[in-house]
Amino acid sequence: MSDPQVDQGKRTWLIATGCAGAVGGVATAVPFVSTFAPSERAKAAGAAVEVDIGGLAPGQKLTVEWRGKPVWIVRRTKEQLDALKGNDPELADPNSDRKAFPIPEYAKNEWRSLKPEYLVVVGICSHLGCSPSDKFQAGPQPSLPDNWHGGFLCPCHGSTFDMAGRVFKNKPAPDNLEVPPYAFLSDTRLLIGEDKKA
Amino acid sequence: MAEFKEAPAGAPLGVKLMTWVDNRFPASKLYKEHMSEYYAPKNFNWWYIFGSLALLVLVIQIVTGIFLVMHYKPDSALAFASVEYIMRDVPWGWLIRYMHSTGASAFFVVVYLHMFRGLLYGSYRKPRELVWIFGCAIFLCLMAEAFMGYLLPWGQMSYWGAQVIVNLFAAVPFVGPDLALLIRGDYVVGDATLNRFFSFHVIAVPLVLLGLVVAHIIALHEVGSNNPDGVEIKAKKGPDGHPLDGIPFHPYYTVHDIFGVGLFLMAFSAVIFFAPELGGYFLEYNNFIPADPLKTPPHIAPVWYFTPFYSMLRATTDVMVQVLCGVIGISAVITLLRGGLSAMGKGLVLVGAVVGIALLLTFDAKFWGVVVMGGAVIILFFLPWLDHSPVKSIRYRPDWHKYLYGIFVLLFLVLGYLGVKPPSDAGTIVSQIGTLYYFGFFLLMPWWSKAGQFKPVPDRVTYHPH
Repeated sequence: MSDPQVDQGKRTWLIATGCAGAVGGVATAVPFVSTFAPSERAKAAGAAVEVDIGGLAPGQKLTVEWRGKPVWIVRRTKEQLDALKGNDPELADPNSDRKAFPIPEYAKNEWRSLKPEYLVVVGICSHLGCSPSDKFQAGPQPSLPDNWHGGFLCPCHGSTFDMAGRVFKNKPAPDNLEVPPYAFLSDTRLLIGEDKKA
Repeated sequence: MAEFKEAPAGAPLGVKLMTWVDNRFPASKLYKEHMSEYYAPKNFNWWYIFGSLALLVLVIQIVTGIFLVMHYKPDSALAFASVEYIMRDVPWGWLIRYMHSTGASAFFVVVYLHMFRGLLYGSYRKPRELVWIFGCAIFLCLMAEAFMGYLLPWGQMSYWGAQVIVNLFAAVPFVGPDLALLIRGDYVVGDATLNRFFSFHVIAVPLVLLGLVVAHIIALHEVGSNNPDGVEIKAKKGPDGHPLDGIPFHPYYTVHDIFGVGLFLMAFSAVIFFAPELGGYFLEYNNFIPADPLKTPPHIAPVWYFTPFYSMLRATTDVMVQVLCGVIGISAVITLLRGGLSAMGKGLVLVGAVVGIALLLTFDAKFWGVVVMGGAVIILFFLPWLDHSPVKSIRYRPDWHKYLYGIFVLLFLVLGYLGVKPPSDAGTIVSQIGTLYYFGFFLLMPWWSKAGQFKPVPDRVTYHPH
C-alpha cells in the first residue's frame, strides 16, 4: 500500500481475468437455474386423457384430471343453453375475444363448445387458480345475483361464471374459463388434451 | 495479529487452557466484546426483550426442525401421511411438531413487536441504518421460510395457499407465466414444487437467515443499542472510557432476559399444550384434510401473520387503481404549485406522473395488487431515510405523532383481521382505506415527521433506580 506505483499492465490483466471469471460464474448458474424448469417426466404427464361420457345425464358434471388440473365436462340442459344468450350484457368477454387463454377455433361460438350440449372447460379460476364450485340451480341465492341462470362461483374471491364458463363483469377474474383442446372420438368417447388437427 | 501471550507460572489449569485457546482463537475477546463488556443503555424497558426472544425462537425452530426432518417425507404421495405419522406414532412427535408450528407463529409475534419497538424509539436512525436493513431482510427471509414451510404438510390449505401465492407471480407482465412455471416446476403445484420448497425451507433459507442474524448482531454491537430516550450513550463516557449510562450486557441484561424467557415459555407452552391450533389461527382446520388438486376449500386465507399484506392485495381492485391514479395526479399538481423547482424539475415531475398513471392503467389490477403487497414490505427498508424527525424517540415527539402511530397500528390490525375473513364489500372499502393509510404513513413521513412542536431531549437517559 505504501508504494503509489501502479503496474497498469498487471491491473489490466487483473480486470480481464476478473471479468472472465465472472462470465464463467454466471454461466455455471445456468444449469442450476434450469433445474427449476418442469422435468421431462412432468412434460410427459401432459398427455391427452380419454373419457367415457356415455353415462352423463343432462344437467350432470364429470371431473377428470388432465395435467394435474380438473377438467369439467358438463352436459347442459336445453334451459341452460337457452339462458346463455341472456347473460351477454353482464359478461366481461361474452365472445371470448381476449387472448390470455386462446380458445380453440371450434369452440369460439355461443356455447363455447364443439357440441352445444357438452361444455368442456378447465375448472381453474383465471384469477388466482382456485377451483370454482357448481351453482347450477337458477334463481336468487347467497353470494349470487337474483337473476342467476346457473353457473359457477369461485369460493376464493367471489368471481362468477355462467354455464359456458364465461366470467361476469367487475369480478376479480379477468378471463373466461380456459377451454382445453379436445375432440370426440365417438358419440360417447371424448379425448381431452388433443384435437383433430394434432 | 495479537501478540503471543504466556500464562504466568503456577497459574491454575483453567487460565493456562484459556491462554492456549486465546493465542489461537479470540474466545475471550469475543466474549468481552459481545457479552461482558458490551455496554447497553441502562434504561431499557420491556420492549427490549423481543430481540432475545426472537433468537430463542430461532433456536427452537432449528432444533425442532432437525428432528421433524428425521420423520417427514417430502413426497406428494407420502407427505400428509408422514406428518400424521409424526403426530400419532412417533414417540413425543406431536410435541416436536406443535413446538415447530407454534414456534412459527411465535416468531412473527416477537418479530412484529421487535420491529414496532424500533419504530417507536427510532432505532433505525443514523448510525443504525444497516442494523435495520439487515432486520428487514431477516423479516423477508422469515416470510419466505414460513410460506414454504406451510406447503410441507400437504393439506388443503397448504396446497391451495401455495397455488394462489405462486399464481401471484404469474401476474407479472411478460415473464409472469414462465416465472410461475419455474417456481412450481410443473404446470400445477405438485411433487416437484413440494420437493423444492422442502429444500429451500430446510437448507437454503435457514442458511441465509443465520448469516443475516449474525450480520444484524455484529452491526448492532458495532454501533451500540439505541434506547427508549433515543440519546446516544456513547456521547457521555466516564474516566474508564465506558458510557456513563451503559451497563455490561452480561450479567445485567442476560439475567433480565432469562426472566423474560421464563414468561415467554409459559405462554408458549400454554399454547402448545392447550390450544396448538389456536382456534384455527396457528394451524388452519382445512389443513387437516389432505391436498386435493380437484377441489378448492370453500374459504382460503393465509395464516394470520400474512393477512395484513394479503388484505392489501385484495384491496387493490380496479376502483383502487383509479384512486391511485388520482393520488399520483394530485401529488404532482401539489408539487408543481408549491414551486421551488426548476423548469427541468417540473418537467420531470410531470413526466413521472404521466408515466405512473399510464402504467397503472396499462396493466391489470391483479398485477398492481402484487406490487402493493410486495411494496408494503419493501418500503420498510427505506424507513431510515423517510424519517426526518429531529428526535429519535416517540417520547419527545409532538403528541399528535402518537395518534398517527396509534392509527397505524390499529389499521394494521384491522387489515390483518379482514385478511382472514371472506371478501365482503364493506371489508374491501375498509382495507382500501387501511392500505392508503399504510403507504401514506411511510411516503409522507419526510414531511409530517418534522412538523410540530418537539420536546427537549435530555443529555442523559431518564433512569429511576429501583
